[in-house]
Amino acid sequence: MTQFLQALVNGVSLAGIYALVALGFVIIYKSTQVLNFAQPALLLLGGYWVVYVATILGWPFWIAILVGAGLAALTGVIVERTTLRPMVGKPVFAVAILTIGLNTVITVVALDLMGVEIRQMGDPWGLKFVKFAGLNIAHRQIAVIVTVVLLVGMLLAFFKYSRMGLAMRATAFDQEVALTQGVSVSTVFAMSWGIAAVLAMFGGVFLGSGVGFDRSAAVVALKALPVVVVGGLDSIAGAIVGALMVAIAETLAATYQPQYATFLGRGFSQLVPYLVMFLVLLFRPYGLFGTKEIERV
Amino acid sequence: MRLRPGLVADYRSDVAIFRSNVQRFWFAVLLVAVVLLGLGGTLPLIPGLVDFSLTGDLLLIAVSAVFASIGAIGLNIVTGFAGQVSLGHAFFLGLGAFTGAVLGGSEVTRQVVDLSTGQFVEKTLVVGYQLDLSIWLPAAGLVAALAGLIVAPVAFRLRGLYLAFVTLGLVFIGDHLFREASILTGGVGVGRPTGVPSLFGFRFDQDGEFFGIFLEKEQKLFFLGLVLLIVLGFVAKNLARSRVGRALAAIRDRDIAAEMMGIPLARYKMIAFVVSSFYAGVAGALLYSAIGHLEPGTFNLLLSIEFIAMVLIGGVSTVSGSIMGAVFITFLPKMVKWLAGITVFGLDPFFFISDSPAGGFVNLPQMELILFGGLIVVFLILEPLGLYGIWIRIRNYWKAWPFSY
Repeated sequence: MTQFLQALVNGVSLAGIYALVALGFVIIYKSTQVLNFAQPALLLLGGYWVVYVATILGWPFWIAILVGAGLAALTGVIVERTTLRPMVGKPVFAVAILTIGLNTVITVVALDLMGVEIRQMGDPWGLKFVKFAGLNIAHRQIAVIVTVVLLVGMLLAFFKYSRMGLAMRATAFDQEVALTQGVSVSTVFAMSWGIAAVLAMFGGVFLGSGVGFDRSAAVVALKALPVVVVGGLDSIAGAIVGALMVAIAETLAATYQPQYATFLGRGFSQLVPYLVMFLVLLFRPYGLFGTKEIERV
Repeated sequence: MRLRPGLVADYRSDVAIFRSNVQRFWFAVLLVAVVLLGLGGTLPLIPGLVDFSLTGDLLLIAVSAVFASIGAIGLNIVTGFAGQVSLGHAFFLGLGAFTGAVLGGSEVTRQVVDLSTGQFVEKTLVVGYQLDLSIWLPAAGLVAALAGLIVAPVAFRLRGLYLAFVTLGLVFIGDHLFREASILTGGVGVGRPTGVPSLFGFRFDQDGEFFGIFLEKEQKLFFLGLVLLIVLGFVAKNLARSRVGRALAAIRDRDIAAEMMGIPLARYKMIAFVVSSFYAGVAGALLYSAIGHLEPGTFNLLLSIEFIAMVLIGGVSTVSGSIMGAVFITFLPKMVKWLAGITVFGLDPFFFISDSPAGGFVNLPQMELILFGGLIVVFLILEPLGLYGIWIRIRNYWKAWPFSY
């Protein structure tokens, strides 16, 4: 039982990281109809900015987060302006493949900046943990959950109450109509890339907190892509539910598969997100909360 | 007709593989040039100034380029002709490579001590049946095609973007299978010997005489690849201009409209996946048999991206474009190396590329990756038709020269 609950706790905190990456993905898809395969690369680069400011420049962690968020947002906006803007109106496939190309380039640059060693984030949580009812709950796990709840709350409030949020919702609903109502669609595009990059950066920070940040983060970030599919490409609630499902399934597999199903091989839990994705797509081709596409010929 | 080569008067000549005798002539010239290069001849690119010949490691790269072309044509059938984005090409390449290796490769055994008897016993680490090329090569294609057949139902249930994710998952599942099935694949970091390219006793992987001409093993492999590429290239070209090809093009352009016109989506998407996987299987088996060693970690997402780059940079939904792209991408590492060593007036314009893994801002493999990604981005933005499109523009420019229209 303790083992099960421990897996659950680990799953929920992993879900926080997946949710951060997936949310950025959904926000970009909703407002710009771009399938952003470069999200893992944005996580790596965002994580590196924080590492750079916090450990190489030696600034306090909280300031590093702020500066990192600024740099990450800037990265997102620059990427959108230089490569995605010329592709407006092109087939969605072409744009999706373009982001795969972007992912390759940004990943190489980020990995090169990072080097081969494991980098410390300079975070205050470290590897400390609290004992609660026989469970070991790391400080960083609590921090992930709290931050995700705060960030999601802030995002929802932003979409609901702010002028910019309203503009973003309008653009997601219908780009052309939004344009005729005086919404600056290009600002919305830049904004959504900025937000997505900052969310990815937070994902990077929590991935690297305590244990350190290295190139394996790219593999973890890739697993956020099935999360989006499970939840549905255009659903914010879906991204969160999908993250919980996928992450809990993964940690459960990591806990029980080595004991009960060794024939599946080492590192099987890494596959679980993709298997969950296959299963969900088999029954719901648009994910759990995705809108069914209705097209006119 | 003779005076207006661009004029097409009937349907037959519109779908013909060679539109005119001029095309036939230039195809023959190109073929002769490639054969000459393969025989070790020198081709004057700019007479007296720049010569080009396939010597040393260039020849081995050319062999890889020819084999990779087959794989690129395969990806182009599903992504270019049928418009279904597949990130799973690496999985099919891997299936082909391992099928070829298991059927055509040699066994690996090791002496181990049997703990119960204390005797040395032979333990099989990797199985291999050492069959003939005529068996393992088609088998490699067929096994991959079978996998394509299994994946295809998912593909026609899912539309568009979701498919890209599923094929992405396929790469990871394939990667895991290849790593775990170590009796077939040798396991991570160890690998296994590949299929031996010997056709009815004729060894393509050994130097030897062929009809009185002495050929190195790379030259033999090059010609094997060339023959297969021409055959499979024409098959693809024929597929594209037949009923199937037209159906695939209709699905690519608008799948709902195609369905309304009475094209069974499920069947044609399946055909596209199966044929594409067959090409991938053949290409995978050949690519690694040229090197002689195969490692399960190779077939990752990066390999898929490499093939997508070939298709995109070469030209979507053209056979000649796939070949151009494959040749370009396979020669890219060599070009990057050449760029890194170049000096202009004593300055080093590419100083940021370093030869050693440690120094400089980026090293050679990293620069290659940046170029893969960067070229995908640049070509998608500036020339969606790829190298093929550039070639068409050059041709049209000279057709009307010196008038611009």
